[in-house]
Amino acid sequence: MQVYADNAATTKMSRLAIDAMLPYFDTVYGNPSSLHTPGQEAKEALEDARARMAKCLGCEAREIYFTSGGSEADNQAIISAARYGAQKNKKHIISTAFEHHAVLHTLNKLEKEGYEITLLDVKTNHNITAQQVKDAIREDTCLVTCVYGNNEIGSLLPIAEIGAVCKEAGVPFHTDGVQAVGHVAIDVKAQNIDMLSLSAHKFHGPMGIGALYVRRGFPLTNLIEGGAQERGKRAGTENLPAIMGMVAALEDACQHMEENNKKVTYLRDKLIAGLSQIPHCARNGDAEHCLPGIVSFCFEGIEGESLLLLLDAKGIAASSGSACTSGSLDPSHVLLAIGRVHDVAHGSLRLSLSHYNTEEEIDHILTAVPEVVSLLRNMSPVWRDLQTGVREYIL
Amino acid sequence: MALYSEVVMDHFTHPRNVGVIENADGVGQVGNAKCGDIMKIYLKIDDDIITDVKFETFGCGSAIASSSMATEMIKGKPISEAMQLTNKAVAEALDGLPAHKLHCSVLAEEAIKSALKDYYDRNGIEYDHKLFPDCESCGHCHD
Repeated sequence: MQVYADNAATTKMSRLAIDAMLPYFDTVYGNPSSLHTPGQEAKEALEDARARMAKCLGCEAREIYFTSGGSEADNQAIISAARYGAQKNKKHIISTAFEHHAVLHTLNKLEKEGYEITLLDVKTNHNITAQQVKDAIREDTCLVTCVYGNNEIGSLLPIAEIGAVCKEAGVPFHTDGVQAVGHVAIDVKAQNIDMLSLSAHKFHGPMGIGALYVRRGFPLTNLIEGGAQERGKRAGTENLPAIMGMVAALEDACQHMEENNKKVTYLRDKLIAGLSQIPHCARNGDAEHCLPGIVSFCFEGIEGESLLLLLDAKGIAASSGSACTSGSLDPSHVLLAIGRVHDVAHGSLRLSLSHYNTEEEIDHILTAVPEVVSLLRNMSPVWRDLQTGVREYIL
Repeated sequence: MALYSEVVMDHFTHPRNVGVIENADGVGQVGNAKCGDIMKIYLKIDDDIITDVKFETFGCGSAIASSSMATEMIKGKPISEAMQLTNKAVAEALDGLPAHKLHCSVLAEEAIKSALKDYYDRNGIEYDHKLFPDCESCGHCHD
């Protein structure tokens, strides 16, 4: 049985999204910037797509900027707020310790330029509170940026509360919504979100396309210079087929959100209950507030890469935050940020579901994971030390 | 292209010589859990011949495969030959390792040397300390 349980990495495209793209390869293929009829047809489709996306997010069409994906949107949002802040001598940014690298590395770059970065602690409940944001805001804070739902452990942040705090303090608020858009209900106006990043391939749309919502009036800094596309804020001919696929996928996701979430949450909870039976393991992430599809565990005494490879051999595609899977020597910064020590963080497993998964697949996972964990533990000197009392259990 | 060679995958999914030798003549352990890989080698030695070898490994697929291959390469061999085993030879026998996984073969070489050193120490046999570089030499993660 083949089980795809890595939907936080990317999702299978929906037939609907593929079909929505096709006409824009060979029928409506004009350049939206061209004056002629084929160009204007493309332009019309582009603007229609923008309006449809805006409707899904609760904003105006002119507040949507199409980008190459979530990373570009994150970069542009943060750089823009930083540049705008610098004009007013505000160079302090608040974020969290478990952001995606698209955010963290951008913040690192700004730090080297002289910005001061506060990363909020996420050890309590593997989440942050709006109060933490409120306490961290200073006179010179130019941006609060925090992930909407964490990609590794699934924690859902109190976005509306944070938005209210930021609005009251007059600080721009950006959220990296890459894992959340299409999976949880979002209304950027009601939640006081000033900027929101999204990526199509996380909700069954195509790769290489995303968007940045920016509240009207907020000054964007260009990352890519050139033509006047995207109201002059993002040069480059629009990827119209991808945009059409993205918007079709988003509409589909928003339309079926309730039923999809009901199904995915049921599968997720079954998975959590089953995996929790494995001795000396711990679930990662906020147990109360979490994305419907993300399940993360640490298993003591084993290493994540070997776990993934053996699961792959059993037809299960999953992911891990171990050092070996990242190519670096340190395990995932997210797992370290929530307080997992290195030894335990190396033994992590992330399973991320979508509505395409079935209960049979969950049963297969629940048979395979305990088998593989026990196989690896039986050849692990760490596990032997734990069992013989040479080393103390952490989990 | 797959991440690992077929030989690596074979030794990873069907590791040879996994386990423990009770009353081993030499035991060596290298690496640490913080870095995500530990190898432990147990040796049974008779008349300078490694008559049995077992390993336990906590680590990634290539760490497990490297341990398996390295134990196969020294089993039944004289100590003098086991001392010649290099990480390069282990990696070559595995049909290559990705560059960022080469330290796994280094760990295997060091684990075996560490077990042999333990055998020498236990039996009061004189040896050249320079033949036993410590784990620092591999440049992998350290506390």
